Amino acid sequence: MSDITIPEARQAAEHAPAHKKDTQGVKMGMWLFLMTELLLFSGMFLLYSVYRYYYTKEFHQAGMETHTMFGTVNTMVLLTSSLTMALSIAAIERGKKWLSVTFLSSTIVLGLGFLVIKYAEWSTEIADGIYPGSPKLLQHPRGFELFFAMYYLMTGLHGLHVLVGCGILITMLIFIIRGKITQDDPVRLEAAGLYWHLIDIVWIFLFPLFYLVN
Amino acid sequence: MAELAIPPQEESVVEGSYLENLNGRKGITAWIFSTDHKRIGILYLIALFSFFSVGVILGILLRLEMLSPGGKLFSPQAYNALFTLHGVVMIFLFVIPGIPVTLGNFFLPIQIGAKDVAFPRLNLLSWYLYVIGSIVILTALFWRGLPDTGWTFYVPYSLRTTTGVTIAVFGVFIVGFSSILTGLNFLTTIHRLRAPGMTWFKMPLFVWALYATAWVQIIATPVLAITLLLIVISRVFGLGIFSAAAGGDPVLYQHLFWIYSHPAVYIMILPPMGIVSEIIATFTHRTIFGYKAIAMSSLAIAFIGYLVWGHHMFVAGMSQQADFIFSFLTFLVAIPSGIKVFNWVASMYKGSIDPQPPFLYVMAFMVLFCIGGLSGLVLGSLATDVHLTATYFVVAHFHYIIFGGGVFIFFGALHYWLPKMFGRMYNKKIASWALVDMFMGFNLLYFPMFVMGYEGMPRRYFTYLPQFETMQRISVVGSWILVAGLIVMFVNLIHGSMKGPRVGNNPWGGTTLEWSTPSPPPHENFETEPVVTQEPYYHEEALTK
Repeated sequence: MSDITIPEARQAAEHAPAHKKDTQGVKMGMWLFLMTELLLFSGMFLLYSVYRYYYTKEFHQAGMETHTMFGTVNTMVLLTSSLTMALSIAAIERGKKWLSVTFLSSTIVLGLGFLVIKYAEWSTEIADGIYPGSPKLLQHPRGFELFFAMYYLMTGLHGLHVLVGCGILITMLIFIIRGKITQDDPVRLEAAGLYWHLIDIVWIFLFPLFYLVN
Repeated sequence: MAELAIPPQEESVVEGSYLENLNGRKGITAWIFSTDHKRIGILYLIALFSFFSVGVILGILLRLEMLSPGGKLFSPQAYNALFTLHGVVMIFLFVIPGIPVTLGNFFLPIQIGAKDVAFPRLNLLSWYLYVIGSIVILTALFWRGLPDTGWTFYVPYSLRTTTGVTIAVFGVFIVGFSSILTGLNFLTTIHRLRAPGMTWFKMPLFVWALYATAWVQIIATPVLAITLLLIVISRVFGLGIFSAAAGGDPVLYQHLFWIYSHPAVYIMILPPMGIVSEIIATFTHRTIFGYKAIAMSSLAIAFIGYLVWGHHMFVAGMSQQADFIFSFLTFLVAIPSGIKVFNWVASMYKGSIDPQPPFLYVMAFMVLFCIGGLSGLVLGSLATDVHLTATYFVVAHFHYIIFGGGVFIFFGALHYWLPKMFGRMYNKKIASWALVDMFMGFNLLYFPMFVMGYEGMPRRYFTYLPQFETMQRISVVGSWILVAGLIVMFVNLIHGSMKGPRVGNNPWGGTTLEWSTPSPPPHENFETEPVVTQEPYYHEEALTK
């Protein structure tokens, strides 16, 4: 017979969520998730490359219509946010709670700033009559419309990820302030950081494809 | 086995089992808020088999229409809607989540000696996503009309039709996330939570199969997700991504769709293959032949399975070189499947075979899977495919693989593990007769389709030429016999799980870890953490014989 009595077993089971925290497991799960995110974008990159191959000339011309200025500023904003993200993790690992909070808040502000700039950029373009199916685009050769369809789809999906990322980071901010993420247990912030860096990396590919190659 | 065994308990010990509610929760909330992988597995079982019943009823209606030519039962539009819903429900809500989310959820942690999956709360979230996605899909029933595109949602028709494609596709998108999260959870679980001594090559073959499946799930599903999202966005905002009029390429949709959906076929069939290995090892009372070959062939199938999607598109206007390459790769993927079948047969040789119901299901699987697999090669070679594509031959082929192969083993696995899940036994005699009935009904239903397809009967038509009448009628009668068997089987299983006589912890003489713990298993699966010292299918008595 087993030595564990039933009340004891039940008591043990009630603490079931007290799974010993597997830091490496959490990170592994996050890396796998990031892989699925990359694959999600890869479908769009595939479409982009096929259509770029079909309509090389049109994609070149259409690429000149995007506002490189907006794109460049946004690239800088997002890269800086990745830096502050990394600094926030470094701070919590050294036990400097409020420094970490400061850096994380700047990351969130930069992320939201990115979205505001993106919004301004889209508004300018739509005001200029550049959107799929617009009378202006229909006057151009067919590849033009596809370029902007891809542009809105890919930057839109990326923007959605920035938005979700900001939500995650705000949650992390609350966790740090409430002491749920600490020097001894920073893994959730690290995982959130990985996600944020992925968003950054995707943008690093989107930026040249839509703003620079023309 | 002796090394693994935990002292046996009296039969009546249900107290302390996972079926007992915890934390003062009662009734349904004790289940739908539980993060116990076993309870989540049961929740999935209930949800999946509800949808399976819906799919079966739709299938019966589709067959009934074929009783005589001329479409007397449904209008052509209704028929289109019915086969679309049958496909969507069966593929996305039943066979793709299928074995991993139900029996995988229940037995993966137990088989590797863990207390739960790596992320229990994520596991529960996956179930909710699945349920929400299903509800969204079914909303299409009542809002804007049922989609009539077929389950593949091919453009350009899926962009043009006014039926509720947008809603249904969005539902499938949500269900896809559930699938991704489950795969991610299982991969982390297998990597991180194996019991002491459970090295990679001491893992049961079901775990290997789930491992390969989980990789396919997380690598292929995101591609489907984005493709379906593109359909939704194209419909809502009128984007021309896949529309030839706007310069887009409709064939690209087919590529993206099958880049996911062909690997998805292996999501459907790999877990059953793993279970076949388990059942054969248990009921032949000897170790499995070619353990490593079977484990590795799962990975090989998962890998090559990525590279064969083009064989769905031989008539879609790909280049000839592409056709040749995809055809060649398709033949290649048959090799690891063959390795498995030969190993299973070799395992039975000189084993002491105990023909219990689960083993009989495996025998039925062998026959049906071989017919399905070999007919797949006929479709995989270019010349014959041009003749047979989009005919009943294709319908027969994938039903033999997915239903005859995959789902029959799902049933067999329920018969195998039900005593472990509920600590009770069903009526074995009824179980065996139900199988005989289903086997006959199945072959009557689908085998004539091979013949009709060869003679040119196209799939998805609401009517047919008079020359097919006899064959069609045989097939319709087969569907009734099959359903009769299904009903008997389910009643027997449900009755057995609630009222059946109690059985001990190891009624079959299995050697994997789940048989060393009480039936039904306790909340955290094991009373003491197991330590693994033997290979998974080590039968003591086999050596002394």
